[in-house]
Amino acid sequence: MINIWVNGKQHQLDQVPGETLADLLRKRLGLTGTKIGCEEAECGACTVLVDGDPVVSCTYPAARADGHEVVTIEGLAALTSPPSLQGTPSPLPNLGEERALHPLQEAFITHGAIQCGFCTPGQIMTAYALLEEQPNATSKEIRKALKDTLCRCAGYPSIENAILAAAESMRTGEPVVPPKIDLSSDPLKTIGDVNIRPDAVEKANGAALFTDDLVFEDMLFARVKRSEYPHAILKSLNVEKARALNGVVSVLTAEDIPGHNDHGLVIYDWPVLVGIGESVRYMGDAVAIVAAETEAIAKEALSLIKAEFNPLEVVDNPVRARQGDAPDLHESGNLLKHIKVRKGDVEEGFADADLVIEKTFFTQTTDHAFIEPECSIARPTEDGRMEIYVGSQIPYADRNQVARALGWPEKRVRVLGQLMGGGFGGKEDIAGQIHAALLADKTGRPVKLLFDRQESLLVHPKRHATQIKLKAGAKKDGRLTAVRSELYGDTGAYASLGEKVMGRATAHSSGPYELPHMRADCYAMYTNNPPAGAFRGFGALQGQFAIENMMDYIAEELEMDPVEIRRLNALQVGSTTNTGQILRESTGLMECIEKVDSEMRRLAKVDGYESPFSPHSAPGTSHLVRSWGFAVAYKNTGFGGGAPDKAGAEVELYADGTLEVRTSSAELGQGLVTVLQMVAAEEFALPPERVKVLVMDTDLTPDGGPTTASRQTYVTGNAARYAAKTLKEAITSTLAEKYDQPPNEIRFIEGLAQVNGHKVPLGDAVALMKAEGREPKVMYEYWAPETQPLGEGGDMHFAFSFAAQAVEVEVNTRTGEVSVPRVVVANDVGKALNPLGLQGQIEGGVVMGVGHALTENYIIEGGVPFTDRLARYRMPNITQTPEIISFIVEHPTEDGPYGAKGVGEIVSIPTIPAITNAIYNAIGVRINSLPVDQEVIVKALHDN
Amino acid sequence: MNLWKTYHNAQTVSDALQALAHAPGEACLIAGGTDLMLDLQQGNHPPVHTLVDVTAIPEMKALEIRGGEIFVGASVPHSKITKSKIVQDHANALAVACGLIGGPQVRNTATLGGNVGHALPAADGTIALTALDAEAEVASLEGCRRVPLEQLFAGPGKSTLDPRGELLVGFYVPLKESNQASVFKRIMRPQGVAIAILNTAVWLQRDNDIIADVHISMGPSGPVPRRLREIEDVLKGLVFSEESLNKGVAKVVEDANFRTSRHRSSKEYRYHMAGVLLVETLSMAWSAAQAAAGGES
Repeated sequence: MINIWVNGKQHQLDQVPGETLADLLRKRLGLTGTKIGCEEAECGACTVLVDGDPVVSCTYPAARADGHEVVTIEGLAALTSPPSLQGTPSPLPNLGEERALHPLQEAFITHGAIQCGFCTPGQIMTAYALLEEQPNATSKEIRKALKDTLCRCAGYPSIENAILAAAESMRTGEPVVPPKIDLSSDPLKTIGDVNIRPDAVEKANGAALFTDDLVFEDMLFARVKRSEYPHAILKSLNVEKARALNGVVSVLTAEDIPGHNDHGLVIYDWPVLVGIGESVRYMGDAVAIVAAETEAIAKEALSLIKAEFNPLEVVDNPVRARQGDAPDLHESGNLLKHIKVRKGDVEEGFADADLVIEKTFFTQTTDHAFIEPECSIARPTEDGRMEIYVGSQIPYADRNQVARALGWPEKRVRVLGQLMGGGFGGKEDIAGQIHAALLADKTGRPVKLLFDRQESLLVHPKRHATQIKLKAGAKKDGRLTAVRSELYGDTGAYASLGEKVMGRATAHSSGPYELPHMRADCYAMYTNNPPAGAFRGFGALQGQFAIENMMDYIAEELEMDPVEIRRLNALQVGSTTNTGQILRESTGLMECIEKVDSEMRRLAKVDGYESPFSPHSAPGTSHLVRSWGFAVAYKNTGFGGGAPDKAGAEVELYADGTLEVRTSSAELGQGLVTVLQMVAAEEFALPPERVKVLVMDTDLTPDGGPTTASRQTYVTGNAARYAAKTLKEAITSTLAEKYDQPPNEIRFIEGLAQVNGHKVPLGDAVALMKAEGREPKVMYEYWAPETQPLGEGGDMHFAFSFAAQAVEVEVNTRTGEVSVPRVVVANDVGKALNPLGLQGQIEGGVVMGVGHALTENYIIEGGVPFTDRLARYRMPNITQTPEIISFIVEHPTEDGPYGAKGVGEIVSIPTIPAITNAIYNAIGVRINSLPVDQEVIVKALHDN
Repeated sequence: MNLWKTYHNAQTVSDALQALAHAPGEACLIAGGTDLMLDLQQGNHPPVHTLVDVTAIPEMKALEIRGGEIFVGASVPHSKITKSKIVQDHANALAVACGLIGGPQVRNTATLGGNVGHALPAADGTIALTALDAEAEVASLEGCRRVPLEQLFAGPGKSTLDPRGELLVGFYVPLKESNQASVFKRIMRPQGVAIAILNTAVWLQRDNDIIADVHISMGPSGPVPRRLREIEDVLKGLVFSEESLNKGVAKVVEDANFRTSRHRSSKEYRYHMAGVLLVETLSMAWSAAQAAAGGES
């Protein structure tokens, strides 16, 4: 018997063998606010309080809680809200009359410390325990306490500020002081001002449901039997013992697939299940799937499946893959794509140069490590359809691929996108959607397929490890004359978006610079490593790591200032890019450079140093050497390259005067829903809380296309904007007719239409329109400006974002350890539509960049991942988070919504080379290969 | 295939030992469980019939001064040890080490007994205890005995204790004189495996300018947690100076046996860092210890 108090309520429960506290809370008590991110005691998402101490409930035996008191996120609001505040109206508009939140929850909401929300319960519970013990906790103490409560959206500065603000409120009894947020320089009514994300409250109080929180009656649990080799022929497969296991309902193999046995986003080259005699091409390849009454039975069934393989030579890197004697991994060979960029004649450029430098750079494989592992639930409906509940970045692509495997028309499948605990590009490909659907179809019962962290790390596509050989020529004055690049991209076992990613790497490999001659060749190669695909930065990150280091090499040889050489070559309005695109507008790179440069120099001066790029140490700590490094970046918004780029959105007016925006575009924490809410509110001059947004439902929402390429604010933002405008025009014309007034005399203010002195509630228009036989809704399909394929000149992209960053590093010359105290960033975003969300993207982008440079490394040995669990993948925690000083630069793009362009990806890109440049400036050691290795630094210092 | 069938919350040491001895199938002790739970969940430890939880046993939760020693119960979580004024005052190396293990949540459950019981060669708490000349109290159904810490280890991950018949009750650490001090420091790698590349604990007794006595432990400098006695012998009786420290550093190559750990550290880096850590920790301990017992520093 377990006698346990949870959130003040006593429960007497039977002991269940093997049960963890997290399972007891989530499955037996239905308290799903406690999230499971890793089951390794690594991520802290499952933190609850036991007798007031925060513990990770995923590895805490439930039976130990016998006789103890447990508090979860659901119980927090009832605790210690200062008496003076109880019953006072909340300052949050969407909270209703009564204060229903703890000050910590409120502060997380108002400070923008909530993005995807999956880690939020763990953050808040950990912070709560800290403040109970130390009501005056300092930033340092907060960082110490939250060290192992990971946030992959990485809004660590906002989390820290929220906790400080909550602590103050708890001490003083005063309301939580709102943060100071940088707004748009020219805010409109709603656009450009602070707006709380609509899902913030439910994410703060534990009510938010993610896919694994859903339970359907009669639901089965699925597991996947995967390959035992990186490259082999599946010789035989025996599933009889698994089928015979009590509680196993279905075991399926390749021959059971009714439709096509392949999936993919561009090329259908990825088998759903590998059949006998066919090849497994990486360790994550699936050979059989099981559905059982419980998770434990499903797992046990896997161990009863006997698969025999004939191992083949493993191709473990892209250079080997291109060699003539390497085994072919696909019928088409190992070359997924040879990508070329040609501008002018590089030989002429090098001949013309006063200085030519050639270097080879390497960027490593990294994992998205979203805190929410992949989960899919497939549910057959009574009318013969299949519903898929999943957090997916491309719901319509899921529908297509699931239907294809079932052999059904697409419309028989409905994807209902759920809240997503982060994506960053890693939830674009199929994970468990098809497998769950096949089992649900076979058994006629709902099937949940939840990846554990190990499976998540193994299966989903990673960032392409890339080798970049770069040769650059410059005149004595610093002007670039030519860049020649040769890239080898490791796209792993399957294509995913490899061709697109490496296309971006290639085109961005000469940086945001104007130069007369450029020649790039990229070989995107299949290997037996896990597939590589989309990941925030999408190739542009790899390409610009190389060129931004190269720019510092050149500057040093020419004895130039690193900022000056970038200023001299920077793309500006009127420049022609390396793909032949003339930039006609919205090119704010120079302003980004100026903003960051002057702040960096100001800070250096405050510290007493003339040059920010000289090494310096504080007295008494001569082994801790600091310096700054500088880098810039650009990143396309949207697909470009001639791909049609469109998004649909529908806006409907309801009789209660609220609006709903509908689109399939994905909310993965980045804040698209907030942007769409603000756009519709702006167009109708409505308070934003009167706009609801429905996303990611293939039955109810029009196709917004993939949530990738920093495109959604632009394309779906535009679709929502034009849909709202068109609906407003239709309403105006209805009212004009009804009141016999010219349409231009009708105004919309705060939910009322002002017509000739009448104030008509907006919702009244619904009945009027319906009486006319018109629907009070408009679907708008927005087509972004046309682009040209690579190699054909013209506009390859319809917009670019630009950024500059200065990063200060501190290197310990004894140990080689590197830390990043401060980062100065400027981003040209066109227009800052949603400043609170923008802050989150900037903080998260910088921290992810720090991780890419210093901590993250998905290690694969001969096709076998060494990084097989989260304990072997280090992502930055709050103690590694720099102070971030941010400048928003707004060079509007004409076709973007209110001038906006993408910002989701660009921020991480310059952080990485700025760090390596800073390391060189501090200690004279060049880092051309990521991640930075402290052993390499010590050795280099020793050898020097 | 449950990871365990029965979970027994033992109330006394003898209750725990009885449960351990008489469980009908495989049985093992669980304290904080921060290692064991992962081993079970990840299949590195086969499922067991009975887990015997020792975290509720009052005797094993004690942290107090007993005579001339500190007693730290084996079930005291790291967070309590690191925050304990007694430990901070008398066994600073242990307080620091316990504040670095895992993360804050893990430290609220992970125990010192678990840290030592796992017998890993670079466990932070164990390395600190080793330098502090700690003794363990080991209980069996026959009674209790005190064992010098270094005698608990048979090999990497292998304890000398009988897994079904013995348990660690707690640890005794000598009280500190004012001319003594202990420190702990470690070096991590930001990528790959989150285990210290190298950790060092130093306990030092100072007699004016002389290093009167010194204990040094470094992990992983061998298959089990151990003192580096050759280095200690070189340093003992020397005037504290850069030259003396260098003599100690020069002995590292002979006394410590470092190996390369995949994706964690090369052997060469470890040897190099051992010198760095040795100088840093000896200097810190020297500054923390007063010149003579009860005298001015």
